[in-house]
Amino acid sequence: MDIKQNYFEFYGLPEAYELDLGQLADRHLELQKQLHPDRFAHLSDQERRMSAQYTAYLNEGYATLRSPLLRAQYLLKLRGIDTHNESSAQIDPMFLMQQMELRERVEEAPQHTDPDGELAALDQEVAQAMAELQAEFRRMIGEPSQEALDAAASAVRKMQFLDKLSREIERLEDELY
Amino acid sequence: MAYSEKVIDHYENPRNVGKMDAGDTSVGTGMVGAPACGDVMRLQIKVGNNGVIEDAKFKTYGCGSAIASSSLVTEWVKGMTLDQAADLKNTQIADELALPPVKIHCSVLAEDAIKAAIEDYRKKQGS
Ligand code: FES
Repeated sequence: MDIKQNYFEFYGLPEAYELDLGQLADRHLELQKQLHPDRFAHLSDQERRMSAQYTAYLNEGYATLRSPLLRAQYLLKLRGIDTHNESSAQIDPMFLMQQMELRERVEEAPQHTDPDGELAALDQEVAQAMAELQAEFRRMIGEPSQEALDAAASAVRKMQFLDKLSREIERLEDELY
Repeated sequence: MAYSEKVIDHYENPRNVGKMDAGDTSVGTGMVGAPACGDVMRLQIKVGNNGVIEDAKFKTYGCGSAIASSSLVTEWVKGMTLDQAADLKNTQIADELALPPVKIHCSVLAEDAIKAAIEDYRKKQGS
């Protein structure tokens, strides 16, 4: 095992957006067993530190690969694009307008005659949009051209907004109960 | 996260929250978002015939710093000419509100929003 490998290599999985979550979980368990700190109880401090480092890397890798958004961001990062730390890249104003409206609806949901129904409907809408963006990303990241890579990055930027929306919806749902 | 007193003041009593008619030719609308956090902001200005900003409104879905930054900008730009408002820098906002480095992008959002609103207004006037 080598932490200079990327997460896909580390997990012995193909570097693609499509991913078998069951296979990932199996690989994670296997790697975890190999790395379990108890097995290193007799080792030197330095070796133990290395094992702790491996464990941290392993967990981070697992969390990254498992999440559809983080995995997409990671694939872009491997291609030199960091959509997470951009401050205000140019986003399509139409898309922002929609986001504004959706955030408005989420904010007003508790005053809705049927708050649960409204939140469920919003959740549904966001999930649908998210699924479309993920499909778009999967198509684009597989293509070699620069245009396709730009399109993939733009899909991920939008996913970041939708992710925030769905977290807001979740927060309100928690508050309602 | 410890917010400064000024941030808390704007957060608790945001100035000029609201919406103007985006179709009005004397209104400029700026719509921006920060991919880093998924927050969005709308900032609008109403400009008089003399090129001075008469009124400003905003709505921000974001953290306290973003709300405070946009609230502050709407206060500042009232009475400014478009050129003066276009010169506003996010560092002035961040200084005034004593934002910590991790919250700088929130003030950048407000700067981008006023610039976008001015651009929208000018585009409308030009056409
Ligand atoms: S954290 Fe998103 S604007 Fe401040």
